[in-house]
Amino acid sequence: MTRSQAEKAADIEEAFSLFDNWEDRYQVLIDLGKMLPPMNASDKCDSNRVSGCQSNVWMVATLQDSPTGPVVVFSADSDASITRGLVSILWQVFSGQPVSDILEFDIDEFLDRLGLMSHLSMNRRNGLFSMVLRVKALAASAGVGA
Amino acid sequence: MSDVKHAHNLAYDVELIRADFPLLHTSVHGKPLVYLDNANTTQKPRKVIDALMEYYTTYNSNIHRASYSIAERSTHEFEQGRAKVKGFLNARGVEEIIFVRNATEGINLVAQSYGRTNVGEGDEIIISAMEHHANIVPWQMLCEEKGAVLKVIPVNDDGELLMEEYEKMLSERTKLVGIVHMSNALGTVNPVEEIIRLAHAHGVPVLVDGAQSAYHKVIDVQKMDCDFFVFSGHKLYGPTGIGVLYGKRELLEQMPPWMGGGDMIASVTFEKTIYNELPNKFEAGTPHIAGSIGLGAAIDYLNGVGMDRIAAYEHELMEYGKQVLTAVPGLRMIGTAKEKASVFSFVIKDIHALDLGTLLDTQGIAIRTGQHCAHPVMKRFGVEATGRASLACYNTKEEIDALARGLVRVSEILG
Repeated sequence: MTRSQAEKAADIEEAFSLFDNWEDRYQVLIDLGKMLPPMNASDKCDSNRVSGCQSNVWMVATLQDSPTGPVVVFSADSDASITRGLVSILWQVFSGQPVSDILEFDIDEFLDRLGLMSHLSMNRRNGLFSMVLRVKALAASAGVGA
Repeated sequence: MSDVKHAHNLAYDVELIRADFPLLHTSVHGKPLVYLDNANTTQKPRKVIDALMEYYTTYNSNIHRASYSIAERSTHEFEQGRAKVKGFLNARGVEEIIFVRNATEGINLVAQSYGRTNVGEGDEIIISAMEHHANIVPWQMLCEEKGAVLKVIPVNDDGELLMEEYEKMLSERTKLVGIVHMSNALGTVNPVEEIIRLAHAHGVPVLVDGAQSAYHKVIDVQKMDCDFFVFSGHKLYGPTGIGVLYGKRELLEQMPPWMGGGDMIASVTFEKTIYNELPNKFEAGTPHIAGSIGLGAAIDYLNGVGMDRIAAYEHELMEYGKQVLTAVPGLRMIGTAKEKASVFSFVIKDIHALDLGTLLDTQGIAIRTGQHCAHPVMKRFGVEATGRASLACYNTKEEIDALARGLVRVSEILG
């Protein structure tokens, strides 16, 4: 059975709670990045690139029906390992999740709890900000129709 | 003052120098800061910080227009800043020193004033393939407006200019050469005197972008014979927001003002405005008064230590760094020119520059990662981005060792 958004978030939080220094936290992020399902190389094209300054992020997201209602499903990747770890967190808490969970989830607050916010906020520079916006916009579009 | 002590020491005592820079004693992630992003900006000696503090706490007032004591003092100190820059560059006179915000603004001023007056359709401007965006975009804007052509001197695989290509480019259509003295992305020190000599043989003036060279080398604009030279105060251990455009007086005199306003005029009526003399003609509005004073203090500091001694020490550090860093497994140095100073630009295996910078930070090591505002250089060397460690007068061999250890550790983490 697939794990709920809350369960996945709790797993990630537990992994981070074991470490209090930055090198170890980044190590957790890098390991999370390795768990991200591979993205089709052909999808890593300019039209799927999310604008960012220092690293590239690509994402393909779609709205799909499921027995429990619409979900947002996406695949994504980054060329930087630490950014890939953040992409992996977003993938775990958002991809395949019901639109209502996606809309309610406060990603900034979550990263703050993980102790990542001070360094790795979803800001415009790393492209993840646009990624979150895109996922939330897709979720919202389903919400409107429901 | 400790900078007086430096001058009397035969050996260069880097620990004495470090003691003058408060920020160097900071910790990051519980580790002593190893600051190796000097090509981006340098830290400030106490003398500069004190000069800024003294200005704002004891004689802050506007210059050139008031008749009371503290305003006379601020005018005097502001102009002293200019006189110190004149001495530092060995310009002929203070009227050749124009204060701007930074090197970028100095280049834009020349492009907008000299360029718009002297460059026409079909004319050519020559720059190089290793320019910072600051010495590319202002010329592109000018060329677009005028229908002129931008020519680019190529570089070889070591990051050196192909001088024979440059010679071939010079023609009667060439109206200006803009060349970086020292590349921020590669560390290459270009043969500017030769470049200038060749341009002058065709009657072409040369602008030298000294943003990186001014704090590493003794600069003598008369010996170099450049027509324009620009640098930024914040890289020269001074405050941000103050920069310098040096120009030969005869050129500056012919050039129209770029910006209009107060201080740049002699008289104003609605029919006609008479412009002020040099250098005020190019300094509209209240300038960065504290900036000039702080930059003057930075120059005093550098003169106290001795730019020649700094250059010699940094050269020794760079030779040491070359050996230590090239021994790091998987490291490829980008920019291996014979004439090179104070910059190590590199990639390690397939490690992303952002990961490199972020993980080094956890060890207290600050380097720049990315494209260094020089996208064409990155493209020329076929890299997306590099890590860049850059040296200043206060860095040590131990810090270079720490960087090398840090790079090995990053490789392990990402391995």
